[in-house]
Amino acid sequence: MFSNLASLLRYRGLISSLVARELKARYRGSVFGFLWSFINPLLLLLIYSFVFTTVMPNTTEGVQPYQLFMFCGILPWTWFSSSLSEAANSLISGGNLIKKVLFPAEVLPIVNVLTNMVHFFLGLPILIAFLIVYQHYPRPDNLLWFPVAVIVQLVFTVALALLLAALAVHFRDIKDILSNVLTLWFFATPIIYPWFQPSVQKFHLFFDINPFTHLAVTYQEALFFNRGPLGHWKWLLAMGLLSIVLFLLCYWVFDRLRDSFAEAV
Amino acid sequence: MTPAIELSHVSKVYRRYSGKQFATLKSALLQRSILRELQPNETFPALADVSFSVRRGSTYGVIGRNGSGKSTALKLVAGITKPTEGTVRVDGRISALIELGAGFHPEISGRENVYINGIMLGLSKRQIQERFDEIVDFAELREFIDAPVKTYSSGMYMRLGFAVAIHVDPDVLLVDEVLAVGDEGFTHKCLDKFAEFRRRNKTILLVTHSLNLVERFCDEALWLDGGRAMTHGDPKRVVGAYLTAVEHSEEQQLAETTARAVEDAAVPEPQGQPVDPTSNMFQATEGRWGSREVEIVEVALVGSDGQPSHVFHNGDTMAIRVMVRARQAVDDFVFGIGLFNAEGVCCYGTNTYLEELMPERLAGDGEVTFAIDSLDLVEGTYKLDVAVHKRDGFPYDYHRLLYTFRVKSRIHDVGIYRPRHQWKFSPNVRFK
Repeated sequence: MFSNLASLLRYRGLISSLVARELKARYRGSVFGFLWSFINPLLLLLIYSFVFTTVMPNTTEGVQPYQLFMFCGILPWTWFSSSLSEAANSLISGGNLIKKVLFPAEVLPIVNVLTNMVHFFLGLPILIAFLIVYQHYPRPDNLLWFPVAVIVQLVFTVALALLLAALAVHFRDIKDILSNVLTLWFFATPIIYPWFQPSVQKFHLFFDINPFTHLAVTYQEALFFNRGPLGHWKWLLAMGLLSIVLFLLCYWVFDRLRDSFAEAV
Repeated sequence: MTPAIELSHVSKVYRRYSGKQFATLKSALLQRSILRELQPNETFPALADVSFSVRRGSTYGVIGRNGSGKSTALKLVAGITKPTEGTVRVDGRISALIELGAGFHPEISGRENVYINGIMLGLSKRQIQERFDEIVDFAELREFIDAPVKTYSSGMYMRLGFAVAIHVDPDVLLVDEVLAVGDEGFTHKCLDKFAEFRRRNKTILLVTHSLNLVERFCDEALWLDGGRAMTHGDPKRVVGAYLTAVEHSEEQQLAETTARAVEDAAVPEPQGQPVDPTSNMFQATEGRWGSREVEIVEVALVGSDGQPSHVFHNGDTMAIRVMVRARQAVDDFVFGIGLFNAEGVCCYGTNTYLEELMPERLAGDGEVTFAIDSLDLVEGTYKLDVAVHKRDGFPYDYHRLLYTFRVKSRIHDVGIYRPRHQWKFSPNVRFK
């Protein structure tokens, strides 16, 4: 397992060129091309602005402008959920590579996660632009936690992506179950509502065991709230440790199932 | 010197999982069978105790029927799957031409795909840059290299895949029946490339159905059948052994088809509706009709060894032996034979009346033999009409296209029949 893990480093070039290919191929043939990476989050943000300022105005104190608060959680969530749903399908749709070429299978789900991470990064300028428009500036010291959160999320997402990709080869309906689980998970995470809301606090145990709570809260604290220093860092670091353990575990499962891919895909 | 490829006692068992298509995570969880579901419960041996080794710098051919384990063996050598038992050892860098262009992305250009495919096959970016022109020229795709791959024809796609894979410059090249990808010119180019590989002391493992290629090109050959190594060694000998076995099984198959056709045709015609026995005289499909006052009980094709057979070689003697039984004595009877090729063209037809044999009397059991001294037919499958009827055509028993046999020939000439012939040349026309 560890020698395979080490060889993952050798595939850097392969992974980066595959990520570049995915990004290029994604918008090939569309008029706006790569601009869609900016237009998509922009439109999403505009829709939320319209809904939460005009249709059903949200005036929760301390979380204004509401759409920006939401956006801080939605961007990383989109990275997370798209990665997982694409990764669950990655080995099956890459069946040709697995069956006919000597190809390191773990590259495929990892490429999915990284491609979506690039999209996440491309959404950030939109968020920053709106933060500037609303003159809502985060604290610089809190911003330092942002890259930490990204790294933790990356490890966590890769771990789950590997696990789902490997299991989906044997259980094809994981894809369908997953889309429902992700919807539930989205609403069970304080993304479109703040975690300090009394109704959330009442069930804080439930929210504490949800790993994505800690990522979402960290992002919100780092990018949106600016009243004090980041208070969630302990949870984030615990979550980072957990992610590393989870990654090793998931990679182990993936490695165990590796030989069955070429036959079962 | 250690061999480039060595398989020792390799077995590969493919596992089939219970109700694979319907296995769902939910049911697995509900029945707590998640571990059991991942256990194989049905196995299929694709290779059984196969050992062979390929000398460095030699070209090794693997032949065998479909499903004999050739591709499995190749995948094991390539490392795509692992053997269930035994060991596979390969010395040097491998490039596998198993599925060409397997990693191509349809939306992006040929140029970008060459780079990514090259990286997938283990080249560095710089190496690809150096070889890029060579690859594109080899694939003959200079004008289309910047078009998205989805616009390529399947031939272009395969050529590009082939060009990339061959320029990986492997020590061991695995080829699975990919020479069929291009037109004649491209195939020659591929063969030239293989020849160049040989000169540079690289090893080639070739899986193919083209026996010709194996005989001409390989230093050694292996014949796999049903996952077992039947024989290996000199390609001519291995190909010969394989061909004999194929003939044998064709023989069995033809015997079965014939038996089935005769059996089906023997079903009595439906009662109640009087059938004009002459009505289907010219039907093109197989069948059997007639009043059966004289019945054809058995038809056998007999070879030079006196044994019934279904596969003959061109130039063999062949006897069509017909057993007949007359329920009552008749004095008006004609025996006929018709020979058709696979396209339904009548190659030859005759009967005793045409050949001016006047019937006198037929009673009880009898045997009629139509003996051919030399079967001067081109290679192919042939069907026989055998009939006994009255002089005016009224059928006693007409067997239309019920008997099938195959003619094999070393010479691949064409046409309906092969006249006995000889080439003669004046002394200034010389052949090697």
